[in-house]
Amino acid sequence: MEFRQAKTGKLMIEILPNKCDFCGCCVGVCPEDAIELKEAEISIIDERCTNCSKCIWSCPIEVIVFNKTGVLFQR
Amino acid sequence: MKKEYDIIVVGAGPAGSMAARYAADKGVSVLMLEKDRDVGYPVRCGEAISKAGVEEFINIDQKWIAATISKFGFVAPDGSEVFIDFGEAGYVLERRIFDYALAESAAKAGAEILTRAYVNGLIIENDIVKGVKYEFRGEQLEVRAKIVIAADGVESRVGRWAGLKTHIDFRDMEAAAQITAANIPIDQNTLYFYFGKDVAPNGYFWVFPKGNNKANIGLGVSGITGKKKSALSYLNEFMEKHYPDAPILTSIAGGVPCSITLDKISAPGIMLVGDAARQVNPLSGGGIASGMIGGSIAGTIAGDAIKQNNLSHILTYDKAWADRLGKRHEIFNRIKNGIYNFSDEKFNAIAHSFLKVPEEKRGLGNLFVTALMNQPSLLVDVAKVFFVK
Repeated sequence: MEFRQAKTGKLMIEILPNKCDFCGCCVGVCPEDAIELKEAEISIIDERCTNCSKCIWSCPIEVIVFNKTGVLFQR
Repeated sequence: MKKEYDIIVVGAGPAGSMAARYAADKGVSVLMLEKDRDVGYPVRCGEAISKAGVEEFINIDQKWIAATISKFGFVAPDGSEVFIDFGEAGYVLERRIFDYALAESAAKAGAEILTRAYVNGLIIENDIVKGVKYEFRGEQLEVRAKIVIAADGVESRVGRWAGLKTHIDFRDMEAAAQITAANIPIDQNTLYFYFGKDVAPNGYFWVFPKGNNKANIGLGVSGITGKKKSALSYLNEFMEKHYPDAPILTSIAGGVPCSITLDKISAPGIMLVGDAARQVNPLSGGGIASGMIGGSIAGTIAGDAIKQNNLSHILTYDKAWADRLGKRHEIFNRIKNGIYNFSDEKFNAIAHSFLKVPEEKRGLGNLFVTALMNQPSLLVDVAKVFFVK
């Protein structure tokens, strides 16, 4: 069990798997350019993320959540 | 494909295609890169555009027209409906076919186009953009250019890599959820806008006809609203209430940057167009026509800069855009901030008093005047838009 590390400590921004529509709202509002978005692939660039949560507020379809305990590395 | 082009355009939406076409028209070499498999798909857009907005750029072709619009319908929170007749005002497009046609026109002008090309970095030398890095079928590649035009949409990452401040305030990002539904029995020549805090707080909810009783239905919500409730929840509630049994043909998320244009949309070696430059009309959220205008201006200037061997000419783009539309958008933005903060009671009152205006005198101009009777400061802005030529 290992937590992912953001720029400001534990990463708490979590993109729920298989729910994203790849629209780019989160990328547009991210002040740190911390989201990578391809045609149908999305990921957070951990070392740039500051857990500011703007991406959560700007997601139209509730794909991004704030995980208080921290986001774990996936096996 | 060449190793170097005069101009590379990143993104093949309407703004990118027009930038590519107008540049190629100048006889310079142009490559347009698109990250998705298809130009024009997926469609993240309400698809409405004014007649003039289209006709400036392409001859009308029925294959990408879903509906012809002659009326606007505004629905107040209490259900009062106000209709305004415009004659032949605009269209609801089939964007997947329309965007394709625009890209074809760029190709016809001589631009090369490559899809599935994901731009993930810039070549920068001595602080000047000299090309792009991109992934194509699993391979990391590079291609050089004298000018890069970023048409990468709402994400607008290319601009930031060049050092421009492109990230948008979450309050100005209208996060949108939308569907195309069938069996929606609305007038096929009317755009319907719903207002009110329960339907679309600080914005509007749209129901746009797409022919044969299909409709493009959706809304955008600002990040302020999004903190509490998502666009998707509002959309689901609306459908449940109005059209619970409508078959859903497409459903998709999107984003509209509803702000004024970025402070700086050009820098050595780079220009920004369309949503990437925040060239959307902030009042209507419409960005197809304004994006095409931005793209055409940028493409023309970029082509001239290459032809005249004077790359600093591209820095004249900011002013050219501001004069054509940018300054107008600043007024629209002030009106937006006024109108979208109205209470439900106020929207209802506006509808009621507008319904007293004789039908033949109803127009968008006096709707706004009615709307703003209690907001003299905004009235000046409205007058500038509608009455001062």
